[in-house]
Amino acid sequence: MNPFALVGRFTIVFLSEIGRLAEFAAAAVPSIFVPPIYLRLTGQQMMRIGYYSLPVVGLTAFFTGGALALQIAVGTTFGAETLVPNVVVLGITRELGPVMAGLMVAGRVSAAIAAELGTMRVTEQIDALVTLSTNPFKYLVAPRIIAAVLTMPLLVAVADVIGVMGGWVVGTQSLGFNSAVYIHNTLDYMKDSDVISGLWKAAAFGFIIALMGCYHGYYSRGGAQGVGSATTNAVVSAAILILATNYAMTSFFFGAGR
Amino acid sequence: MTTPKIQLKGVTKRFGSKVVLDGVDLTVEAGESLVIIGGSGTGKSVTLKCILGLLTPDKGSIKVDGQEVTRLSSSAREQVNRKFGMLFQGAALFDSLPVWENVAFALIQGRGLGRSEAKKIALEKLAKVGLTKDVAELSPAELSGGMQKRVGLARAIAADPEIIFFDEPTTGLDPIMADVINDLIVKTVKDMGVTTLSITHDMVSARKIADKIAMLYKGKIIWCGPKSEIDRSGNEFVDQFIHGRADGPIKMEIVR
Repeated sequence: MNPFALVGRFTIVFLSEIGRLAEFAAAAVPSIFVPPIYLRLTGQQMMRIGYYSLPVVGLTAFFTGGALALQIAVGTTFGAETLVPNVVVLGITRELGPVMAGLMVAGRVSAAIAAELGTMRVTEQIDALVTLSTNPFKYLVAPRIIAAVLTMPLLVAVADVIGVMGGWVVGTQSLGFNSAVYIHNTLDYMKDSDVISGLWKAAAFGFIIALMGCYHGYYSRGGAQGVGSATTNAVVSAAILILATNYAMTSFFFGAGR
Repeated sequence: MTTPKIQLKGVTKRFGSKVVLDGVDLTVEAGESLVIIGGSGTGKSVTLKCILGLLTPDKGSIKVDGQEVTRLSSSAREQVNRKFGMLFQGAALFDSLPVWENVAFALIQGRGLGRSEAKKIALEKLAKVGLTKDVAELSPAELSGGMQKRVGLARAIAADPEIIFFDEPTTGLDPIMADVINDLIVKTVKDMGVTTLSITHDMVSARKIADKIAMLYKGKIIWCGPKSEIDRSGNEFVDQFIHGRADGPIKMEIVR
């Protein structure tokens, strides 16, 4: 095929996808604020998205914090006892806590949402909602977005604590640091603004995770295979958007001049 | 002359370059049972989805009780859809909810009824389609196809609609269960005095539930008349379809 035609076709597909996503988001966001708001469903989703993600997020944070402590200690001969807790608390609260939690929840939750909504689409359950005078955006999309935006910061707060603890465990058990000194150094270098910027990121990631899951599920087509590719696309696009948004937000919070 | 319950005029719908509906004209009078017959892919489902607002036609007008419904806001659409009940081909029950909540869905979400009161009504409607109390607590996935269809019917009639749509009500059922469903449809429709619009390619079912039959072919209504005249339609397309003959003016697009 003509390479120019290929580039053109790719551009058209890419732009129309962005347009469709923008249209979807424009319908989804107002549905969060306009009644009826389904509190029961939102509560259910908070359990599924937030609470049941705790083990995955906790384990990820623990090993990330531990590995970070180990990496920093290796080759540092002087002042490791100060440097390790410093880098661990800074790295976890600013970057690794939100990003690792975001990516893990994207894998778990975006996929689950896309599969559920996709199956509802191909079995006509979403059409059935409309015929029962229920707006699918309010009934399906809004509770998931609200739940993800509210629970992601909580998950990241937990990830921050467990991540720092991972560093502390490795520091005291394997590197032979003094526990009291480690904790003292950690608290010395922990800044409120770092933690809060991470929590803002978490809320944004929560929005991306739920939106991508809902979007790909809502528009899935063509039976089992369609639902399968919707699930894959949801996870991949959520992960990429999380990393891109993370960069944008980092440059906003910590950008030039600070 | 009374206003027709549903009136379609010149409804056109295309997907990409494929024209699915090519100017459909159709009128359903109040209290009438109209069945649209036609082969797979002739646009029967698309017609239904256009009336329900699940798809927007490219051209033409659709009126429900004299009200134009093709370009409605979503809240106005919800109001119109309150007049409708729909039985989906695959029943389309919500698998996250038990059977009774499926039936009570429109009552709880749409009418804001309390759960216990809605459950009472749901059990009544389930009894109407011959299902007992113990089925009410099951999840839809635990039911057979025929039972799912009956629950779907109970859900469609739960909020006392004025118009019920049936999308291939007997497809995928054994002949006996198909007849049970047909009888149920005829009985509920008679009891409730509603208007119905069904689509099917099952002629046994069509003859049983229809007052009037319309045939859709290549995106157009090519014949429409009372059920009693279907055998004397004088239309060779209709003749071929109702007798299920492979040879005739309708050519299946099969690559040999």
